[in-house]
Amino acid sequence: MSFIEIEKTWYPEGVERCSLGKFMKWLSVLGVVALYGFFAMIVCFAYGLGVTGLDNYFGFGLWITFDLAVIALGAGAFFTGLLRYIIRIDELKNIINLTVIKGFICYSGAMLILSLDVGQPIRSWFGYWHPNVHSMLTEVIFCITCYLMVLIIEYIPLILEQKQINKIPFLHNLAHQMHVVMPLFAGIGAFLSTFHQGSLGGMYGVMFARPYAFRDGFFIWPWTFFLFVLSAIASGPCMTVLICGFMEKITGRKLTTYRVKSLMCKIGGTMLLIYTVFKYLDTWAWINDILPRAGLTFDQMFYGMVYGKWLFFSELVLCLIVPVICLLTPLRKKPFFMYTGAILACAGVVINRYVFTVQALAQPVLPFTKWEIYTPNWAEWATSLMVIAYGFIIMSLSYRYLPIFPQEVGLNKK
Amino acid sequence: MSGQKKEFPITWGMVIDIDKCTGCGACMASCQTENNVEPQREASNKLRATSWMLVYELTNDKAFPNHDIAYLPRPCQQCGNPPCVSVCPVIATDKNEDGGIVSQVYPRCIGCRYCVAACPYHVRYFGWYDPIWPEGMEKTLSPMTSVRPRGVVEKCTFCHHRWTQAKDAARVAGKDPDNLDDGAYVTSCVQNCPSGALAFGDIKNPKHKVHELVKSPYAFRLLERLGTDTQVYYISRREWVRKLGDNYLKSE
Ligand code: SF4
Ligand code: SF4
Repeated sequence: MSFIEIEKTWYPEGVERCSLGKFMKWLSVLGVVALYGFFAMIVCFAYGLGVTGLDNYFGFGLWITFDLAVIALGAGAFFTGLLRYIIRIDELKNIINLTVIKGFICYSGAMLILSLDVGQPIRSWFGYWHPNVHSMLTEVIFCITCYLMVLIIEYIPLILEQKQINKIPFLHNLAHQMHVVMPLFAGIGAFLSTFHQGSLGGMYGVMFARPYAFRDGFFIWPWTFFLFVLSAIASGPCMTVLICGFMEKITGRKLTTYRVKSLMCKIGGTMLLIYTVFKYLDTWAWINDILPRAGLTFDQMFYGMVYGKWLFFSELVLCLIVPVICLLTPLRKKPFFMYTGAILACAGVVINRYVFTVQALAQPVLPFTKWEIYTPNWAEWATSLMVIAYGFIIMSLSYRYLPIFPQEVGLNKK
Repeated sequence: MSGQKKEFPITWGMVIDIDKCTGCGACMASCQTENNVEPQREASNKLRATSWMLVYELTNDKAFPNHDIAYLPRPCQQCGNPPCVSVCPVIATDKNEDGGIVSQVYPRCIGCRYCVAACPYHVRYFGWYDPIWPEGMEKTLSPMTSVRPRGVVEKCTFCHHRWTQAKDAARVAGKDPDNLDDGAYVTSCVQNCPSGALAFGDIKNPKHKVHELVKSPYAFRLLERLGTDTQVYYISRREWVRKLGDNYLKSE
């Protein structure tokens, strides 16, 4: 048997896949992007972070924005896991595998970027060794590493279900046993992930000398703690649907029913509505209490084009109200509105993470300083693109060889 | 406000008389040499250059003849309630009884720059590249302060090593190291300020000049209302300068 023939025996039962040649071309394009990013990564490690566009004014930039955004969008995994295994919405079993893989990609990708972003990556474990229990970042370091482990544990049984691997009795049983305990891990995952989505928000909210980001709160948690959790679980399911839709588009095959996608969007939309209510309350309190207390006005929070008010309105109106309408009304039945809603919901969370990361630092708190502009450079773009390419590669391989869509065979019967 | 104000019996503080400052930059230069700040390769990039002490130019934004300017030297404000300390995940920076000076432990810092984000005074500097001293210049390195590797955050520590030296000197002279005479411990910038604009001492010690200076009706601190409670005080008899120290709303 030629290799091309053998490769075909690796596919999940009863599905069709594009030719190996085509798949290889696709992988090589992604590989080139990933290699370029890898090169940038080596340059950063070798010469120091001076090769990036960051500076003493913008200690956080594209990387942190990117991290926060992918982590929020990856939130589909923990939240869907919670709904599927703990609350037992059975229909979600048709999309749960996709969300697990997506979560794994997002978190491992974010970890990759984080290891670049700290000036002393070899000391990263100090977060465990010399933890400062008052720092939200310590909580992030704890939860993010533990949660990545949970995601790996959730991903392994998927790999074990690959047709050839599954023929090995030991691995077959292992996969089965892992499935049995999955609700436990879904629970742990949901806990860890909720906490660190929250602490990521908390990281900004506790910066009391940065009125753009600072928030009062509840007990030790600033409001951003809860807002970040809510926005993540609102956009996470939408992102899963977008990925699913995108995969259907390029593979030309049906992977899940519209019903499942629509359900995911409904969940996302509901969460978005709750988030919208709290976000509006929070914004109101910010404008009328926090800013005046700091001697600042709403208008002083915006500047020029990159930090303009358009961002504020895009985030709070275009990317909140509009998607809520698209996702929670009968409009959702039409693919156009459903996908538009999902895209806007995800865009909103990206804008939110951007303004909290960059605009919060750009806003001059010292009255005699001025707004500064931050532009990421090639090293930051290349490494971020590397993570995206890495995600595409993992997803492509998983789709080709792993049975991640239980409905695929049935939906594509001729 | 998050965090709590920390109080210590000895509270080192700096008082800067803005009306006396000519903006000459001697404080900046003396700080750089005293603390082994690497000769700047690209000092034209103000957002990348390291300057633990930085002199800002302030203006009242009025046209001639009412135009006026002032210079404001800015070391680390050694906040009583430091925004930077509570955020550090690894306790690389801390505020303890060491005269209320906010420390920075370079071998522990992981370089996450969260403290940079939290400090509104922009006093924290990150090592973007490995420090390099041009040949021969390494002879100027001070043995009293460590050289920082790249990838960690550094900042003004009120020349903390000088305090250690002053305490040692007091012990040798048979005096109480916890009750130093005024002037026994001053920072490098204070010592080298030609116009005498900078003063340094224990704010809580009535024998020290700064104890009185901080009570001046013209004294103010930067961004007071944010609750950082700094240990650096500024003095100016010009109202617009005092007002510029904090964000004043039009209605105020
Ligand atoms: S001025 Fe900045 S670095 Fe210094 S103690 Fe205050 S917050 Fe920390
Ligand atoms: S950069 Fe260093 S000192 Fe600053 S918060 Fe991170 S670990 Fe702490």
